Amino acid sequence: MDEYQLQEDRSPSYAQHAAADFETYVKELEQLQKIDFVLVELTLYLDTHPTDMQAIQQYNQLAQKRRVMAEAFELKFGPLMSFGHSFSRYPWQWVQTPWPWQV
Amino acid sequence: MWLYEKKLQYPVKVSKCDPKMAKFLMEQYGGADGELSAALRYLNQRYTIPDRVIGLLTDIGTEEFAHLEMIATMIYKLTKDSDVEQLKAAGLGAHYAAHDKALFYSNAAGSPWTATYIQAKGDPIADLYEDIAAEEKARATYQWLIDMTDDVDLIDSLTFLREREIIHSQRFREAVDILKADQQTKKIF
Repeated sequence: MDEYQLQEDRSPSYAQHAAADFETYVKELEQLQKIDFVLVELTLYLDTHPTDMQAIQQYNQLAQKRRVMAEAFELKFGPLMSFGHSFSRYPWQWVQTPWPWQV
Repeated sequence: MWLYEKKLQYPVKVSKCDPKMAKFLMEQYGGADGELSAALRYLNQRYTIPDRVIGLLTDIGTEEFAHLEMIATMIYKLTKDSDVEQLKAAGLGAHYAAHDKALFYSNAAGSPWTATYIQAKGDPIADLYEDIAAEEKARATYQWLIDMTDDVDLIDSLTFLREREIIHSQRFREAVDILKADQQTKKIF
């Protein structure tokens, strides 16, 4: 596979940030997974309880908080999403490891 | 369209190489009540389901793909360090002959995934009852899988997935209630 790799720097995306090692990556990923879990739960709940005002408020508040968290995470560890939903440094960060099953 | 997020829904860790367990887990990868079946079943049914429950089918169907990725991660991690002898001993010799260590959509017994596992009847109650049954069968499968391993890390991730089946079943039951209530209202006017 290596001969097809045009980019010489193959270090994982989190290694490019001074304060970011594997342990902080896993820890901060888990924080994101936690808030995202609550948002998934609220989404499915609201799908069958669309008039629960309190749940909608909670959803909007957490969605706001999630946006801030994800931006901070991406600055440190690289993009979470492709197709224009995240930004990239040079070289193109999306293709850098680790992919989820490699963590 | 769909957007991919470069993270698992819930962490997947395994504490040992265990190709035998990987083979059993394939039931939830390409089996009848597995995550692929679930995702494709719901996302296909949603085009003809009443508007009130399209959102639910879309969101649960999407979450199923996140679960599929978790199962794939388990199978990958449990087999990546095994040699051919270990794979043969685990009953994965036939799998190795056809796929090396590549993942493939088959069940624990090696039968490839088939669309006959899922149904779309166009009748919303029939479809939602099928969905509830699928969730309950998947929940039971996760319990049998948990019973077959002593890997505490793996059990943690499988327990998360088992709990999700319960939530999905609950939400589908609510969808049935919503549709039945709508039918009642229509009869009054």
